[in-house]
Amino acid sequence: MTYSPEVRERLERDAKEIIGRYPKTRSALLPLLHLVQSEDGYVSDDGQEFCAELLGVSKAEVTGVATFYTMYKRKPAGDFHVGVCINALCAVMGGDQIWEELSEHVGVGHEEATPDGKISLERLECNAACDFAPVMMVNWEFFDNQTPESAKQLVDDLRDGKDVRPTRGPKKLCTFKDASRVLAGLPDDLAGDGPSAAGASLEGLKVAKAKGWKAPEA
Amino acid sequence: MSTTLTPVLTANWDQPNSFTLDVYGEYEAAKKALGMDPDAVIQTVKDSGLRGRGGAGFPTGMKWGFIPQGDGKPHYLVVNADESEPGTCKDIPLMMANPHALVEGIIITSYAIRANHAFIYVRGEVLHVIRRLHAAVREAYEKGYLGTDIFGSGYDLELVVHSGAGAYICGEETALLDSLEGFRGQPRLKPPFPAVAGLYASPTVVNNVESIASVPSIVANGADWFAGMGTEKSKGFGIFSLSGHVTRPGQYEAPLGITLRELLDMAGGIREGHQIKFWTPGGSSTPIFTEEHLDVPLDFEAVGAKGSMLGTRALQIFDETTCVVRTVLRWTEFYAHESCGKCTPCREGTYWLKQVLKRLDKGQGTEEDLATITDIADNILGRSFCALGDGATSPIHSSVKYFREEYLKHFEIGGCPFDPKKSTLWGEQ
Repeated sequence: MTYSPEVRERLERDAKEIIGRYPKTRSALLPLLHLVQSEDGYVSDDGQEFCAELLGVSKAEVTGVATFYTMYKRKPAGDFHVGVCINALCAVMGGDQIWEELSEHVGVGHEEATPDGKISLERLECNAACDFAPVMMVNWEFFDNQTPESAKQLVDDLRDGKDVRPTRGPKKLCTFKDASRVLAGLPDDLAGDGPSAAGASLEGLKVAKAKGWKAPEA
Repeated sequence: MSTTLTPVLTANWDQPNSFTLDVYGEYEAAKKALGMDPDAVIQTVKDSGLRGRGGAGFPTGMKWGFIPQGDGKPHYLVVNADESEPGTCKDIPLMMANPHALVEGIIITSYAIRANHAFIYVRGEVLHVIRRLHAAVREAYEKGYLGTDIFGSGYDLELVVHSGAGAYICGEETALLDSLEGFRGQPRLKPPFPAVAGLYASPTVVNNVESIASVPSIVANGADWFAGMGTEKSKGFGIFSLSGHVTRPGQYEAPLGITLRELLDMAGGIREGHQIKFWTPGGSSTPIFTEEHLDVPLDFEAVGAKGSMLGTRALQIFDETTCVVRTVLRWTEFYAHESCGKCTPCREGTYWLKQVLKRLDKGQGTEEDLATITDIADNILGRSFCALGDGATSPIHSSVKYFREEYLKHFEIGGCPFDPKKSTLWGEQ
């Protein structure tokens, strides 16, 4: 399979815009790998060739880089890529039990997708939301304070095509491919969605306001 | 006198649309800075006593001062927004709610070090944060705060938001630079330091998000204002992140030197009916503390004097239901997973630590295994290429020091003495 002329032309246009932002072209490799993932749902053979050609490096160099980073997938991710944090704190707070029950419920393991291509699962390392433990991510949006029940419900809703809303994120979840496009540096128009901050992020500020504590005046 | 909270960076987080320029306000501090001599800006930050908020605590102004001037090379500012240290969760909400503090700080810093190109290297796994950064940068361009001739000063700056792709090691500054150049993110040999040969072998400052976001308030309010908070050698405020078995986990912005006891009071204490068992002062790479350390002032010196590190003020708190062996195993699995493979002590050491800890966790170990993990950790610490390997040894050494009996208990009874369900969020319901 190679990209059709239309796809190729579109990818090339995007790639050139991205490359133009960097003083040296090779810096665009990580964004371009996200870009090809937005087309194929993983870093395909064609995608690697495309990156190599646009950046003037060998395909082996591209493969070497792509295999270093966990967000670049070697086989197609599901439309909804579901991660469960199993780093120490989340694991202790219930992430281990969530993973166990969810993996059994969905019937796939780490970095595997369901046969219909809808859901893939990943055991995540710390995703910088520890005050919301146990944490899950779907297509890299936050799903805070999860339980085994809420996790299974979440995946069932995704499979049934219901609208699912991240805890701190846009009103509607985009697909793994759409998310990859944003990561490539080509934003959608959803930045204004969702709260500025929520839940645990605001606990300290709430205490300060209740007690009338402020930083000193200048 | 008890310490009070001092919201600065977090002060606008409860405002709707705090992430927009309309709510954040004009870039008054950047305007002021661009009217100053760049060296005067560096001096202000030096005088403030600001130390890096990414964990190491290196004086920020001094780092800027290392950039050679008049060398004819392009200079770069790279913001380390790769927040991935287990327990650390401050930069992500900061960039989600208040990205303009970072963008304004970038303008001031870039101007001070004479850089015309800056990058935010943000971890990839935080989509909505990346959207907010893109939007903030776009707004700043539209207002003329980025681009050419900013505030009519003749100063130009381009700012690029660059998403990483899942690699803890890219939080190490030289690995981050390799990654930003489009390579595998592996650390470089130092020296040369980034200030001399950083991005594209040019002079580069790499600073943490919170460090840079603190700069506008320092420029606006003055070095003395900032230095008036905190302790003698650890000046100013910082975000303290409480997580784990706490009644109200969250982000608490306070002067450096506040204690965990004070923070726990504000956060409603340990979850009801439980007691603190162990905690990290600054992420999993900082040796664990116990109840006896509740009154240690959380600044660089006091935490260091007690055998740990302030790190990123990532206070992960575990109560008496938690198995320390299991927790250390999970951290160790993390380091083994994230070891970049470049140097032998870290690559092989973390792999073997994981194997032995798995055995210990299952109650199939021996007392000799405790000597083995200590020995492996001794051979990683100070011998690995970068701080990742050193960090991996912190949970090992400190847990054996404080909880040796608990390790022994595992193989005495041939299993884990704890019920993992009891430590979960829903365990007591």
